[in-house]
Amino acid sequence: MNPTTAAVRAGVQRGVIELRNTFTNAQDLWNYFFPTAVLLVTMFFMRGATVPGTSFSLGARTLPSALGMGLAFGGLIGLSQQLIVDREDGTLLRAKATPNGMLGYLIGKIVMLSAVALIGLVLQLTPALFFLDGIRLTDGGAWLTMAWVVPLGLVATLPLGAVIGSLIENPRNMGLVVLPTFGLIALSGIFYPINGYPGWLQAVAQAFPVYWLGLGMRSALLPPELAAVELGGSWRHLETFGVLGLWAVLGLTLAPVVLRRMARRESGSRVAARREKAMQRAM
Amino acid sequence: MTAVELPGVAPTPHPPGEDLVLDVRDLRMRYGTVDVLHGVDFTARRGEVLALLGPNGAGKTTTIEILEGFRMRSAGEVRVLGVDPGRGDERWRARMGVVLQSWRDHGKWRVRDLLAHLGAFYAPYATDRISRPWPVDELLDTVGLTPHAAKRVHQLSGGQRRRLDVAVGIVGRPELLFLDEPTVGFDPAARREFHELVHRLADLDETTILLTTHDLDEAEKLADRILILAGGRIIADGSSDELARRVAGDAEIRWTRDGERFVHAAADATGFVRDLLRQHGDSVQELEVRRASLEDAYMALVYEEESGVRAGTAAASVWRQGSER
Repeated sequence: MNPTTAAVRAGVQRGVIELRNTFTNAQDLWNYFFPTAVLLVTMFFMRGATVPGTSFSLGARTLPSALGMGLAFGGLIGLSQQLIVDREDGTLLRAKATPNGMLGYLIGKIVMLSAVALIGLVLQLTPALFFLDGIRLTDGGAWLTMAWVVPLGLVATLPLGAVIGSLIENPRNMGLVVLPTFGLIALSGIFYPINGYPGWLQAVAQAFPVYWLGLGMRSALLPPELAAVELGGSWRHLETFGVLGLWAVLGLTLAPVVLRRMARRESGSRVAARREKAMQRAM
Repeated sequence: MTAVELPGVAPTPHPPGEDLVLDVRDLRMRYGTVDVLHGVDFTARRGEVLALLGPNGAGKTTTIEILEGFRMRSAGEVRVLGVDPGRGDERWRARMGVVLQSWRDHGKWRVRDLLAHLGAFYAPYATDRISRPWPVDELLDTVGLTPHAAKRVHQLSGGQRRRLDVAVGIVGRPELLFLDEPTVGFDPAARREFHELVHRLADLDETTILLTTHDLDEAEKLADRILILAGGRIIADGSSDELARRVAGDAEIRWTRDGERFVHAAADATGFVRDLLRQHGDSVQELEVRRASLEDAYMALVYEEESGVRAGTAAASVWRQGSER
């Protein structure tokens, strides 16, 4: 067998094993379910309110937006967090000491995080259908749109997550990423339309993938009439594809360079030094 | 006392041929303006077990990381399995195993899953001579982890965890194995099993092994050759007997006579004991002859390197301290 094929296959297997490991771990399960539960409760209480200018349920509008946000969050934060943790405990160095191990490692992470994102999507979608009206899940067009928005969203955010994870060495600095991401989510019209925001703020929001993932998911799951209350009065599929595509290209260009630089610097003494630091933190 | 030669390292011979697994010449490493290694020289042939000893901060880890290809060197000629480790590709990587200190990785994984997974990367690198990877069941048995195969890694005890590290290091049936303080946290039984494993790897599979340890007894048991790295140089290179003989020609003889203790140092211990017994016969009790050990040699050589005192004097001072204990 060709070594690259072997590594790709081992990487997929790695993703499956990690998925199984994470879904049999109480702490991880809690981390997945808790935010989902909070979101569902939020949407439950929002179901009575309406989207400004329409009689459509604000809760039903929030659901697809939140799904888009979940994808962005999973890609950006999920992967960077994993990279930081795996660098600290030596997982990455182990991959580096294995022939083609880094390739296998990355494929494993992509498989695992994509699966977690998709499972999270289903987890939020299913219960929400019972108390929210107007989500058009039976429509073939909805699935067609999701079929490109979801993978493109992952391709746009996962490499960026890898870049962020490579640049941050200390797990304590994770806040540097998480906080701005929350800010960005607040800006991106996930929980409330941003039509009322000043123009420059709208422009900032539209520069990042979170807004477009939210919009893309809304375009898939909401009735066509609601396009009228979006910026520009349309679902803007072309722009969605363009912006997410640009982020994907940027991420895919940067990620290998940054990852390689990070991997090159990994060694036993660095892992040992980080371990010592972690022990001091624990004291 | 016999004249002790300065252990200025006898230049390591550089025998040509493919049997040379490690070939290090004039390796230098500088961090900023600090020289950590100034001119390290040594070689290792196939199937040889080398122990790299030295005080903390002597540059052992740096040396090993350069050989593993994890760190770029500042200068010098280095060949590991015939390849410059700074340019080693994945095929080269597949021929070596690395056991580092302090892994905490893959805690959620089951032992068997992890070994099977990591082994899969080595399968394409099997050759006619070496089948890769090591079959998981056999490997588990070899390192004594069969009863723990289904456990998660974070549930293992310290010693079991270390054995797993060793298993991961050898899952690709390496031709060259780096072991960084492999037996820290082992109980005596696990340590003995580990020593048997090392002998087996070196003798049956002709694996070349470079290990670092602070346990001189372990180095003496395992290593064909001992390298002492101090002050950024190899200050001694030889079997533990050779090193011991080089520093201290004298043996220490202890006995009691009429309830009184005696200690004497002599170059010709046999002759001295013969005379002693001839003179005092049955009244000599509790006779003990102790040759300089690797530990004595190590202490003397490192002391000499650190203080700049000649080895002979240093050895004598160590001996004196030893006698006063």
